[in-house]
Amino acid sequence: MDIARHWRGHPARYRLQGERNRNTGEVRVPPHPLALGETPDTWEPLKLSGRGEIYSFSVLRQVPEGYELFAPYPIALVRLEEGALITAQLTDCAEADLEIGMPVEMVTRQLVDTGADGVLVYGYKFRPVVQ
Amino acid sequence: MNKTSANAYIIGAGATQVGEHFVRSLADLSSEAVRNAFAQVPQLDARHVGMVYVANALGEMMASQGQLGPYLAAAAGLVGVPALRIEAAGASSGVALHQAVQAVQAGACAVAVVIGAEKITDRLDAPLEAGLALAADAEAEGIHGVTLTGQWALLMRRYMHEHGYSMDAFAPFPVNAHANAAKNAQALYRFAISADKYRKANPIASPLNMLDCSTVADGAAAVIVASEAIARELPGPRIRVAGTSVATDTPTLGARRDPLDLVAARTSAQAALSQAQLSLQDVQVLELCDPHGIAAVLALESMGFYERGTAPREAADGAISPTGRTPLATAGGYKARGDVAGASGIYQVVELVRQLTGKAGPTQVAGARVALAQVLGGVGVTAATTLLVGE
Repeated sequence: MDIARHWRGHPARYRLQGERNRNTGEVRVPPHPLALGETPDTWEPLKLSGRGEIYSFSVLRQVPEGYELFAPYPIALVRLEEGALITAQLTDCAEADLEIGMPVEMVTRQLVDTGADGVLVYGYKFRPVVQ
Repeated sequence: MNKTSANAYIIGAGATQVGEHFVRSLADLSSEAVRNAFAQVPQLDARHVGMVYVANALGEMMASQGQLGPYLAAAAGLVGVPALRIEAAGASSGVALHQAVQAVQAGACAVAVVIGAEKITDRLDAPLEAGLALAADAEAEGIHGVTLTGQWALLMRRYMHEHGYSMDAFAPFPVNAHANAAKNAQALYRFAISADKYRKANPIASPLNMLDCSTVADGAAAVIVASEAIARELPGPRIRVAGTSVATDTPTLGARRDPLDLVAARTSAQAALSQAQLSLQDVQVLELCDPHGIAAVLALESMGFYERGTAPREAADGAISPTGRTPLATAGGYKARGDVAGASGIYQVVELVRQLTGKAGPTQVAGARVALAQVLGGVGVTAATTLLVGE
């Protein structure tokens, strides 16, 4: 993992720092470059709650370089309370218990194998809400 | 392009066997594909070639080679011809063909060669998965260990949830692909499979299992695109490129209003049909991006061939077989012919040319005159659609 590349992703990956469109109310994370016609005022920063539900999920057994250590692992599209749909891994759960609509919450975990350069990359994953 | 543009024709199309070509290089495979295409038009002087387009998705990552335009042009002896490489992940070939057709229609050259080539098997599966995942949004999605297969799996599970299907409903797609590939000498997997065998296969990215996942393999295919003046000097049936169109969508799956709607697939198909002055009902044989049944299902429904939620039922009723309403993967598709990543779109055209010239053998679609090919880069991030008409 390239250090600078990971560093600029910290706010989103560590704190689910997103942004909300002042005109339409649309919420997104991570923040996105400005589109034509937008100004720096178009989007305001928004720290997301980290709560949502599973929109869909899959358990991966063939995984990319750097992720072999964690395989097999579940990935999901999570619909956050604020409306954004994001991709993340699920954790602290058994495959058989997962279902669409299940409430989940954000936790911070290691995302990628440290690799040759030893960089530890942390970021959000989601786990079933502990009742 | 508009209706007054000059016509462009496919005058030659050839490919190599799809496979694990451990003893052959990217250049070697490309050279064979180009020679096979030119063997169909012995009258054509290679000095007429004014442009070479190379379609390739993974050259740097898997074949350790850059500047693929001149590199693969030279491999086929086309030294000195303007050449460039086009990368649009799995849609590379469709985008390259679109560019070649536009160049010929505009009169910029009379003959263009499009080469689709991938060399995968020099490296292992993990770098391949990493390379394929680059088709998604690397910073927002790739970092979480998501693969391209995983993204299709997410859409498959959501589709099953919304429309009340079990994974068994997707069996007709790999079963059809393998049945057709068994009759294709250039296919990777020349054997049939049963729905029962599909049901028992090991999971890869649940609910996708091994028999609903394509194998990415080595291969090269080439087509020769020529002006009408040149095509008319040649004997035999002519294959006119009646429409080509490229459309795009956001690479971030979660940013789409409805992830089950492949907007780019629909947009590019509609534009290509409109250029061709044809409708969906005119299409008699199809090649789609079908590494998994769900990919074909979403493309068929997004384009409007079938109502949403109905394509698996239609497939179970025989709609995708060579005698069905929308014959699909007559050479085996991505699943059984083999998934050649950025080269797939040219393999599609090679098969459709066989169909439109009545040379498709046991999987021939009777009387096929209009064919549609569509490739997708990533999960419909890029879509390129080509309409071919036999004259």
